[in-house]
Amino acid sequence: MKDLHLLDIENWGSEPTRKGFGRGLVKAGEVNKQVVALCADLTGSVQIAPFAEKFPERYVEVGIAEQNLVTVASGMAKMGKIPFTASYAAFSPGRNWEQIKTTAALNNQPVKIIGAHAGLYTGPDGATHQMLEDVALMRVMPNMVVIVPGDSVEAEKATIAMANDPRPNYLRLARDKSPVMTTDKTPFEIGKAYVFSPGQDLTIIANGTMTSVAMEAAEKLFKDGIDAEVIHCPTVKPLDGATILTSVKKTKKVITIEEAQISGGLGGAVSELLGENLPVPIKRMGIKDEYGQSGTPEELLNHYGLTVKNVMVNAHTLCESK
Amino acid sequence: MGKNYTASKLSIDKLELIANDIRQDIIKSLEEAGSGHSAGPLGLADIFSALYFDILKHDPENPNWEERDILLLSNGHCVPVQYAAMANAGYFPKDELKTLRKFKSRLQGHPEREKLPGLENTSGPLGCGLSQAAGISLSMKMDKVSHRWIYTVMGDGELNEGNIWEAAMLCSKYNLHNIIGIVDRNNIQIDGTTEHVMPLEDLKAKWESFGWHVIDIDGNDIEAVIDACSMARAIVEKPIVIIAHTVPGKGVDYMEYDYHWHGMPVGLSDVAGAPPKNEQAKVALKELRTLRGKIRNEHE
Ligand SMILES: Cc1ncc(C[n+]2csc(CCOP(=O)(O)OP(=O)(O)O)c2C)c(N)n1
Ligand SMILES: [Mg+2]
Repeated sequence: MKDLHLLDIENWGSEPTRKGFGRGLVKAGEVNKQVVALCADLTGSVQIAPFAEKFPERYVEVGIAEQNLVTVASGMAKMGKIPFTASYAAFSPGRNWEQIKTTAALNNQPVKIIGAHAGLYTGPDGATHQMLEDVALMRVMPNMVVIVPGDSVEAEKATIAMANDPRPNYLRLARDKSPVMTTDKTPFEIGKAYVFSPGQDLTIIANGTMTSVAMEAAEKLFKDGIDAEVIHCPTVKPLDGATILTSVKKTKKVITIEEAQISGGLGGAVSELLGENLPVPIKRMGIKDEYGQSGTPEELLNHYGLTVKNVMVNAHTLCESK
Repeated sequence: MGKNYTASKLSIDKLELIANDIRQDIIKSLEEAGSGHSAGPLGLADIFSALYFDILKHDPENPNWEERDILLLSNGHCVPVQYAAMANAGYFPKDELKTLRKFKSRLQGHPEREKLPGLENTSGPLGCGLSQAAGISLSMKMDKVSHRWIYTVMGDGELNEGNIWEAAMLCSKYNLHNIIGIVDRNNIQIDGTTEHVMPLEDLKAKWESFGWHVIDIDGNDIEAVIDACSMARAIVEKPIVIIAHTVPGKGVDYMEYDYHWHGMPVGLSDVAGAPPKNEQAKVALKELRTLRGKIRNEHE
C-alpha cells in the first residue's frame, strides 16, 4: 500500500531482525540516558554489542545467568532506568519466565525482554535453541506487551518504541537473514496491525518472518483469482482487534501464519478474538505441537509447512469449500 | 553382559592416539556442518578419550546396559567431542559424523537423548546437568544400587548458572558421592575470558565451601584424568568435582587460548591470526597429523 511505503517484492532486502534491534538500541540510548542494556554472555549474537561499545558505562554483563539478568533489570527499572535485557529466547523468557512474571510484569516495571534466535531461523543448533513457545508464554502474562517484528527495519522502530513505552515488553528476534519489506517511512506503533496488502476474499494474518511469506502468497493468489488481504500483526498483545475484525467482516475467512507454536500464539490470539466476536472458518499455520530440529532455515520451513505454496493451498481450500 | 573397558586397559599412548583421532573428527565434522563449536570440544578430547576408552563402564553395543556408568554432558554445545568419541568407540559408524547438525541427522546441533542411543540426556541450555546427576544418584540410593558412577561434564562459563550451585548444595546435603563432576576449566566463554565475563576464582574454594571434594588436574593429561577419576571413585565422604584445566582449541595452534573459536567452525571466519578460511581445516588437520606422529615416536 502506498501510504505504508512498503517495498515491492522485487526490491526486498535481506537482513536478520536482530540487526535492526542493535541499531534501534543505540538510537534509543542516544536520545535517552536512562536506557541501559544487560546481557548474559551473548553480547555479539544478540546485537547488544553496538550499544555496549558506545555506552560501556550503561552496559552490564551478568554472565550466563538469565534469572539474574531479568531480576537485576527489575531493580534498575525501579530506579528509573529503562533496562533492555537480551539473550536467546530459549533462555529468556524460556528459563526465567517466573522471574519475569513476578519482578517485571506483576511488579509492573518497564523491563524490556529481548528474545533473540527465536523460531526455526535458528537452524542447525536444533530443538533446544529453536524457541517456539515464547509467544504463547509471554502472551498469557498480564501487563506484558508482545512484539514480533516483520523485518529488521521494523525491529529497529519497535526497539525505539519500547524505550518510550512504560510497560514491560517482549521483543522476538530471529538469527538468520529474512526479507526486508518495510522502509524508514513505514509506520510502526505498538498495538497496531497494518493492512500490508488489501483484498476481498480472504484475510491472512501474519507476523515475524512469516509476513513476507504471506505477502508473496497473496501476490500469487491474485493471479489464481483469489484476492487476499494481508494483515501484518507485529503486536500480538495487545491485539489490534479493530483492524482484524474490520477485515474479517469483509472476507469471512482467515489464515494465520507464524513461526511459532500454533497454540497460544498469534493464531491462538486471533482465534480467541474471532471465536467470541465473529466466528468464521480459520486455518492456523505454524508449528503443530512438536519440537524443531537441526537443519537450514529453508529445510525446516519446508518440513514444517511454512511456505508460500502451503499458504496458497490453504487459501484455495478455504475459498473453495464455501 | 556389557563390556568393561577398565578390565582391558589401553596404554596411555593408545589413548593419546584416540584423542588425536577424536580431534581430527571434530575438525572434519564441524567443517562439513558449517557451524558449531570448536574450542571446547578440542580441549575436551583427552578427557573424552579417557572416559570412553578407560574410565566409563559402558557397552557401545548395548547402550542401555543396566550396569553402565552414566555420562551427562551438561555443556551440550561441546557435543561434537562426544559424538566423535562415541563413533570411535563403536556406537555408530564414523561416516555418520558427516551428518552433524544436518537436517534429519541423529547428531543434532545440541544432543538429544531420544535421537541417538548412548546419549543420556538432552542438553544445550546450560546449567542443568548436575541437577540431573543428583536425581539419578538419589534414585540409585533409593533403589540401593551401588558401584555405578555418574560423570557430569560442565563448562566453566556454565558455572555462572545458579542452577549448578543449587545442585551443588543438594549433592552435598545427601552426600551423593557417586557423582563425579568434571569442570572444563578452559578459561573461556562466549564474550571473553571467564575472569572477564564473570570471575569464578577462587573456584576450588567455592566448591569446597559447598561441601565438595575438589581434585585439580591438567585436563589435557590423560593419565591425570584417569588417576583423578580412580581417586574420585574411592572417596565416599563427599561428592567429587575434578577441575580439569584444559587448553581451549587444544591441538590446533591458531585456535589455542582464543575465545573467538568458542562457537566457530573451521572455514567460516577470519579470526585474527588464523589461516585464510579455505585453508583452516587443512592446516588444522595437518597439525594434528604431525602431533600424531610425535605421539607415535615418543612411545616407540
Ligand atoms: C542457559 C543458556 N544460556 C546461554 C547459552 C548460550 N551459550 C552457549 S555456550 C555459552 C558459553 C559457555 O561457556 P563455557 O561453559 O565455558 O563453554 P566453552 O566456551 O568453554 O566451550 C553460552 C553463553 C546457553 N547455551 N544456555
Ligand atoms: Mg569455558
